[in-house]
This record gives sequence, C-alpha cells and structure tokens, in this order.
Amino acid sequence: MEVTRSKPGEDFRIKQLRAQQMLRGDLEDDDLQEYVEERLLLTKFEDAQNWARRNAIWPLGFGLACCAIEMITVIGSPRNDLSRFGAEVIRFSPRQADMLILSGRVSIKMAPIIRRIYDQMLEPKWVISMGACASSAGMFNNYALVAGADKFLPVDVYVPGCPPRPEALMYGIIKLQDKITSDPNLGWRERYHSQGTEEYPNVRPEAEPSTQAGERDA
Amino acid sequence: MPDQTGLELVAQRVREAVGDEAVVGTHHAYDRGSLEVAPARVHDVLTHLRDADEEPYGVLASLHGCDYLPSEPRLGVHYELLSMQSRERLNVKTRVTVEDPHVPTVTDLFPTADFHEREVYDFFGVVFDGHPDMRRILMPEDYEGHPQRRDFPMGGEPVLFTFNEHKLPRWYD
Amino acid sequence: MTEHDPRTVPYREREESITVDTLGGTDEPLSGTELAPETELLTINLGPHHPATHGVLRLLCTLEGEVVRDIHPIIGYVHTGIEKSCEDQEYWKAITFVERMDYLAYYFNAMAYCMSVERLLGEDVPPRAQYLRVIHLELNRIASHLFWLGTAALDIGAVTMLWWSLRERDLILDLFEMSSGQRLHPRFFQVGGVFEDIPPGWEAKCRSFLAQMPSRIDQYEALLDRNEIWLQRMKGTGIVSRERMLELGVTGPLLRATGEPWDLRKATPYSSYDHFDFKVPVGTVGDNYDRYRVRLAEMRESLKIVEQALDGLPEGPYITTNRKVALPPRHELATSMEALIHHFKLVTEGFRVPPGEVYTPIESPRGELGCFVMADGSSKPARVHMRDPSFTNLQSLADMGRGSLLADFIACIAMLDPILGGIDR
Repeated sequence: MEVTRSKPGEDFRIKQLRAQQMLRGDLEDDDLQEYVEERLLLTKFEDAQNWARRNAIWPLGFGLACCAIEMITVIGSPRNDLSRFGAEVIRFSPRQADMLILSGRVSIKMAPIIRRIYDQMLEPKWVISMGACASSAGMFNNYALVAGADKFLPVDVYVPGCPPRPEALMYGIIKLQDKITSDPNLGWRERYHSQGTEEYPNVRPEAEPSTQAGERDA
Repeated sequence: MPDQTGLELVAQRVREAVGDEAVVGTHHAYDRGSLEVAPARVHDVLTHLRDADEEPYGVLASLHGCDYLPSEPRLGVHYELLSMQSRERLNVKTRVTVEDPHVPTVTDLFPTADFHEREVYDFFGVVFDGHPDMRRILMPEDYEGHPQRRDFPMGGEPVLFTFNEHKLPRWYD
Repeated sequence: MTEHDPRTVPYREREESITVDTLGGTDEPLSGTELAPETELLTINLGPHHPATHGVLRLLCTLEGEVVRDIHPIIGYVHTGIEKSCEDQEYWKAITFVERMDYLAYYFNAMAYCMSVERLLGEDVPPRAQYLRVIHLELNRIASHLFWLGTAALDIGAVTMLWWSLRERDLILDLFEMSSGQRLHPRFFQVGGVFEDIPPGWEAKCRSFLAQMPSRIDQYEALLDRNEIWLQRMKGTGIVSRERMLELGVTGPLLRATGEPWDLRKATPYSSYDHFDFKVPVGTVGDNYDRYRVRLAEMRESLKIVEQALDGLPEGPYITTNRKVALPPRHELATSMEALIHHFKLVTEGFRVPPGEVYTPIESPRGELGCFVMADGSSKPARVHMRDPSFTNLQSLADMGRGSLLADFIACIAMLDPILGGIDR
C-alpha cells in the first residue's frame, strides 16, 4: 500500500481554509455536500452505544484470593496498565460499577454475598471469571468451594490460569470488549433467551449437546 | 526441642506436680518431644508448664487438632508450647473419643487459644468446656458435620469428561 | 455458656439480630437502645466486600460516635479446605496446595511444608539448595513487604506508594519467573531441595536488582517518613503492649515493633540462616509507626541476606541425590534403568514417609508460620496443618481497635497485614 504524503503544512492549510469558508457560509452545494460527508459517521444506535460501553468499563474492586494480587497488578502496576483500555476507574460500590472480575476461590460462605453484589450492580453488567478457581473448582475439588461461579452467576469471559498472568487477564478484558461491540447476545444470553444483561430465570434452556459449544465463539 | 532425657524429666516433674494419672505417655521422635496427657487434666498440666516448672513454657505457638482414625481414641488435640528463654519447643497432646469430645479450655492461660479452639471445634467437633464463644469459625454457622475428620467425605463434584458429560446432571436441570 | 447460647438460635435470626450481648457479653449497654445520642452504641458491619479490608474479612464494629468500642472479626469467606485436600494428594502434590494458603508469601508455605516432610524422612538438603532457598525466601519477603506497603499506604491515602511498590515487585516477580517459570505460586521448592538450578544470567539480573533497590527504599522513606499526615496517623495509634502481644501469640513484625527481638531466623536458625550476617529490626513503642519502620528495615536486611547468599553460593547438587525422594535428572532416564524405575514410582505413587508427626516453624513475613505434618506410612499425608501467622495476629485486632477512632482503626488493619488466604486456609 502506498502512502502519499503531501508536504506537512499543505494539508492543514487547505483544511483550515475550508473550515473558514464553512464558518462564513461560503461553501456552495457540491462543496458543502462533500465537506459534510467527510465529517459524518453513520451508524446504528446500538453500535455507538456498544462502542461507548466497551471503552469505558468500570471494574468493581472485588478480590477474593491469590488472583486478586494479579488483578491489582493489572490495574495498578506501571507495566501492565489497564487504564489504557478505559478501565481505570475502580469503583468499590456495586451500584457504580460495570464489570465484576471474580478473582479467586468462591467458597460456600461467600457465594450468596457475591450473588447479592451482582444483583446490586446496574444494567449493563458483565462478569469475568478470573482464574481456575472461579471458573471451575480449580484444583480444590472439595466440600468448601462452589465449583465455578457460573453456578450462580452468568459469566461472560473465563480467564484460565492459576493465577493468570496479567497479560492474560488483559486479553480477557479485551475479548470482553470485542464481545460487547460484536454481538452481546453471544454465550449465556442465547441460552437464557435474555435481553441485554437481564436474565429470565423461568425460561428453560434448550437441551443441546455441548459439542456445539465451540461454534459460538467469535 | 528437649532430648529424650529432658523430656522424661519434664514428664516426671509434671507427674509430681499435677498427679500421676495426668501424664499418659511420652514420645520422642524426629527431634521433637511429645507429652501425652489425659484430657481432663490438660488445664492443670499447662498451668504447671507455664508457671511453676523450672523451665517455663510461656508461649502457646499452636493449638491444632488431628484425627487418628483408625486408632482409638480418635480425636487428638495438640498444644505446641514454646519457651522463649531457652528456645525450646514442647508438644503436649491429648486424645479424646468422638462420643465424649470434651477438653477443658486454656484460654485463661493463653488468650491466643481463642481462635484456635474454635477452629478445632469447627473441624473436629472437640468441645472446649469454658470457652467464652464456642462457635464455628471458618465454616458457615449452620453447617452440619465436622469436615476435617477422616470419615467426612471430601466433597466436590465429578469432573466432566467426554465419556460422562451427558450422563451427569447439569445444574440447570 | 451464657443463657443466650448462640447455638440454639437459628442462624438466620442470629444474623439479623447480632448484637454485642449475644456474642459473649459485655457490661456496656446494647446497641440501639434509648440513650443519649453521644453514648449510644452502633454496630456496623465492615462487610466482606470492602475496599479497606485486605481480602474478605468481615468485622462487626461497635461504635460510639467515631470511637470503636468493640470488634468481632468473622472469617471463613475464602475457606478452601486446603488442609483436607492435602490428605488426598501425594506429598509432592500437596506442595502446590499448601503454597496457595498465604498467597503473598508462597515460598514460605512451601518451605515450612518441605522442611516438615524432610524431617520425617530424615533427608538432608544440599548446601546449594539451602542457599537458593534462602535467596528465594528473602526475595519473597521483600515482595510481600512491598505489596503490603503499597496497599497499606493506599488505605491511608498515599496512593503513589502503590504504583511505586508494584513497580519494584514486578522486578522481583520477573526474577521468580526466570528461575521457575511462574510469577506466583511456582512449585519451586521440592522435598529435598529445589526443583531446578537457577539459569545462567539469573545471578546477574538479581545483582542488578539488588543494586537499585536500596535507593528505591530511600525514595519510599523520603516520601513517607517525614510526611506530616503519615506521622500524625501512624504515631501513637494502635498501641498494644508487649505482654499482651505475647499472650495473644502474635509473632513477626507486630511483636518486634513492641520491642521483643524474637525472630526465628536468629533464635532457631534453619536452612543456613546462621551463615549470614543481618540484624533484626526492633521497635520501641508498638504503635503503627513502629510496625511500618520495622518492615521497611526488614526489607533492607533481606537485601543484605540475598547479597551475601549470592556471594557465597556453593556449587553442588540442587536437590538431594536420594533417588527415592527426588526425581532423577532427565538425561539419566535415557541410560539408566533404575532411574527410569525411580521416576516411574515417584510420579505415579510418590515416596512413602514413615509414620510420625512433626511441627516445623519458620519466620514468614507475617510471623511464625508452622507446619504440622502427620504421616501414617503411606504416600499421602494423614494430616497437614499450617499454623498461619495471620490467623493468630488477627486476634490482636480487637485490642488495637478498642478506644481508637474509626480512621485509626482502618490504619491498624492496614498495618496488621492480614492475608485472608492464610487466615481461612
């Protein structure tokens, strides 16, 4: 691909002149049409909404166990910096947060509390299950843990690892961002016939064999 | 860690001070001296070891439980005593049965035993008489069973593989 | 037991109506009863999900105005049943479980456990492995103190410290990744030594880290030590006397801040700690400021230990040569039949440990971390119990909090350095 560049000052000068003409009302029909078309972006409302939502996700500060250390490293460390992707604002109140990063093992005593916090979050909300212990039981398949947060919460992205590297968590968050822009109905929303992020618990999911699960991933 | 003779001397002093039936036995293995006492006299033995003995063991480093299934009596409670002056550690243990799991508390001697005894109660069912707040500490308060006993099932759920995933009930059924 | 035996009240009812009286009786009036507004007691719940509790710690605070009158910690929200899970795994598999208890001082958990099993087996650890263990332990101590410093300062309001300390902590985690492949919870310590020798270039990288670290600690001190707000919040708050700390079984920097110079690395040296020359920092008053100073000074001492260990690192095997306990090196598997058989037996069944019980304490960044292992002759431990320092140190929180303002109490929690993974196990 060839990149044609005019002299650095030229382009800007032309733009400046045309902007002055526009402000004075001097542009005629065709010129005006062209000028406006260059600066207009047509899109669907949902796409614009999703673009805004994906670039400003506010995570909820919720750390349970060892994965929380890596989560704090992702959010706070100067090397892996999450605020580049718009997720800088960590709100500790669930009413003000968008995304719940479940980092750490979910014990049976903590599960109802997590559910209550998830319910307190406002629409739209997403959940990232970080680490092996939050996605399945991890290596602790015993009496004290709930085997995976998706037993009581709908989860959007699972990030495996024990603990996942900070880069892995960031990749998970970027994948969530892609999911928000591309098709928010992927995943559990289809299964529950939900709209947006509201679940309708009385609808039974279709009993489909799980071997088809691989197709749905983008 | 007192060596074998030191341990025997400690046992002798405890027998003289507290009573003959208090000390059930002594074990010395792997550089560790262990004094086995009868459950009802634990408080007196630890009082003697803390205050009156020639070598006072002033700090309770740890209090934990152990399940000796299949050998009876089944539930064991271990007290790890530490003497900061001589940097020696002594282990005192008692064994109780599941039918009568009562041991006097030592929270008045060593206030650190508060949380530790609650944990032993939570996981093994050993009731410490006289403890100010005998409740479960780590499991939910209405949990039934004592998880760390050897005959308590491990729990958890079966791992899904391709050969059994259609047979196991899913949670949304 | 009091008349209101908590066990007879159904749980849901108890949860709604928890007052100071039900939990063990005090002389002060019940919260919420009709009193003059200044003397009425209010019980609030610093819930498991809270920005200032380090992990899922739940505190029932009884406040009179802004002054804390009583604290009841409720724990167990991240209880994972690690000790019971270990009974189902072979000895070397249990190392990974045990590592995840105190998740900031992971090498220490593995060290206590490995030392216990080595005592039961009667294994000697070769000197090179001991030195490597010491290097990794002290680096982990520095990393743990750095993380504590960042989050404690964050709780109090000095947000810059978080960025700085995480920056240095990333350097240490790079070193860990270079030696074992994983930043957190590497399965580096094995029974009998360490898993692998350090790669070439590790020592140079470690030395470059050691060269720049003292100036970084100077920067932290320059930021905080003479900061008026920091001093006012730290000095004189959360004082607990030395005798009370000893009664409560508290060890580690909390005890050393009160003036008791008890450090297991000096008192009962293990794993060649007596070869190194380092000091044990001790405080005077026992308030939050002393705890902060003690931990910063400990970081400097740990740097000295790592430097001495690197200087004196002996040559030799990095794991015990007893093939019945440690895996043989992979190049031997192609040539020697016995090595193959040993490898097979160790990987499938694991080594068997003769019956016995040991309790091994070591000095972790938070205090005395002890591991009790009971073996019954099979290849799986019969009981593993970690005496976690945070579990015992948490009992001193009530003493620290009584009579202090709520903001000072938050500073006390920060200085206590609780790690809920260790408390709940």
